Amino acid sequence: MTGDNPYIPYTATVEETWFETGGERSIKTFKVVLDDETVRENWSHRPGQCAMIGVLGVGESMISISCSPTEGRFLRFSVMRMGKVTQALHQLEPGDKMMVRGPYGSSFPVDDWHGKQILTIGGGVGQAPLRPIVEYVRANRDQYAGLTMIYGARTSGDLCFKGEFEEMSKCDDLACHLTIDVEEDDWSHNVGFVPQMLLDLNPSPENTIVITCGPPIMIRFVLENLKKLGFADEQIYTTLENRMKCGIGKCGRCNVGGMYVCKDGPVFSYAVLKDIPEAFA
Amino acid sequence: MLLNKDKWPEFVGRLAGKKLLAPQSGGDAVRFAPVSDGEVPMLDFKNTRVPPKQALFPQTETMYRFQLGTEEIELPQLDEETIWLGVRPCDARAMAIVEKLFRWDIDDPYYLKRRELTTLVGLACNEPGLNCFCPSVGGGPASTEGLDLLMIDLDDRYLLEAITPKGEALLDVTGDLLDEVKADAVKEKEKVVSAAEKKIKRTVDTEGVSAGLPGLWEDPLWRRVSAACLGCGTCTYLCPTCHCFDIQDETEGFEARRCRMWDSCMFEEYTVHTSGHNPRPTRRERTRNRINHKYSYYVDKFAVTACVGCGRCVNLCPVNIDIIEILRQVKEAL
Repeated sequence: MTGDNPYIPYTATVEETWFETGGERSIKTFKVVLDDETVRENWSHRPGQCAMIGVLGVGESMISISCSPTEGRFLRFSVMRMGKVTQALHQLEPGDKMMVRGPYGSSFPVDDWHGKQILTIGGGVGQAPLRPIVEYVRANRDQYAGLTMIYGARTSGDLCFKGEFEEMSKCDDLACHLTIDVEEDDWSHNVGFVPQMLLDLNPSPENTIVITCGPPIMIRFVLENLKKLGFADEQIYTTLENRMKCGIGKCGRCNVGGMYVCKDGPVFSYAVLKDIPEAFA
Repeated sequence: MLLNKDKWPEFVGRLAGKKLLAPQSGGDAVRFAPVSDGEVPMLDFKNTRVPPKQALFPQTETMYRFQLGTEEIELPQLDEETIWLGVRPCDARAMAIVEKLFRWDIDDPYYLKRRELTTLVGLACNEPGLNCFCPSVGGGPASTEGLDLLMIDLDDRYLLEAITPKGEALLDVTGDLLDEVKADAVKEKEKVVSAAEKKIKRTVDTEGVSAGLPGLWEDPLWRRVSAACLGCGTCTYLCPTCHCFDIQDETEGFEARRCRMWDSCMFEEYTVHTSGHNPRPTRRERTRNRINHKYSYYVDKFAVTACVGCGRCVNLCPVNIDIIEILRQVKEAL
């Protein structure tokens, strides 16, 4: 019955949940499995795509899918507790039902990047849409020249996927650079803002693709510094978010200029975005 | 075909069996309302206050129902065939324009199903309104785009032109009431339509506007033209091409429904993020988006202006903001 109506969500079962961060605006990760076998088999998302997830009776929110399709036939969402819907989502525990529709939007052209150095630059919950790239590249490691991650948050408690990064730091072929804004006891990584760490690391633009996502202020300075380092617009990708309702380019509200973030985006090359005046509004 | 007006009541009677709606005056405005059996709508109106976009895109539409605590979703029954009688050409054209979006890549099942169930019977405008400017944006007082059947008032008779098979079907069931068109009627039609065109006094020059608008992003004109705006949303609610909607869940006990309802880009809440950040924080940005969407973004995506020149936003703005004047200032700034 749901086949030809794009507004009807699929039912999924929450398998595991855990908190990435604490506090009032905590980030909780949900690992969910779509209930219907055919739906599950037919579901195919690409790194960078999103899904409308929600609770019947409360509403839906557009959330980036934070796992790579290479990880298995499940979905992961890392959700910050912010408003009505995300509060309801935070109530979900293993065994509960989550409603899911998607996948929506454009994806990172990871297969066009074969042979390239991949550099991800994330801040806070902005790492969620970058994580699928990291996992995708790790699963297809021989296709890429290398993988470097820069990831920062205000405090160590605000970093998502911490356990995974500790693991990754031990890998020889992956450079994982973590940073927090202010000094903490027992913090063995960098202290300072993400854009500054980028300058300090001084990566070569040659044969490199950069993907960045984070708070608008971080993105602005990261872009500025990437230009200083000699990166061309075409080498830089980011992913946007805006308020959304339908997810399929009908309800109108998520546009930046003439582009709908839900459909033409959320993934954009900076070469396209730089000419859209509203893109960083 | 030709229909003598003395046969109008009988013509309307033949349409019974399907739900019939027509413009009817009541209170301070003319509105589309159901025509009851035996009632004969008199088509003496300029235009309805609310456009008939509600035929395909109701102000509030149930998308599906469910019981709280379950995941069983029940779709609404959409099977009632309706005839909307007396749709003005601009409003029908608007429905065809909006359909492009509702078919864009992913079909919107509600809009398209309603279009399938709806027959749009148009009435050409002999007496255009004060702020009509349809010829400036690709329409005209007897435009047929989006209609199934067009009626042209030739004083003592209507000239009926079927546009689609649905329109032809209406002519079939009323065939015995109709006369063949003779040369004099064709001539009369030309006269009536050309007279109507001449009565349209307001014009907009859109040449270069779609390409030029983005370049005016920081132009002072946006502050000027939005200064008086109250943010009431009338311009968008009553616009036949405005199609933006919100989606909300409504619950009563355990009975719940997810519905969509008209929304407006002129409202602050439309774009505000949960964090409180608003990418369009003031009426300046919202007005700029509204004009860009209609005259530039939509043109880029679907090769047509998302404005049909019906004049409602001009007629009904409580502070007299005039889209024709905004476009004049845009042209001047280009």
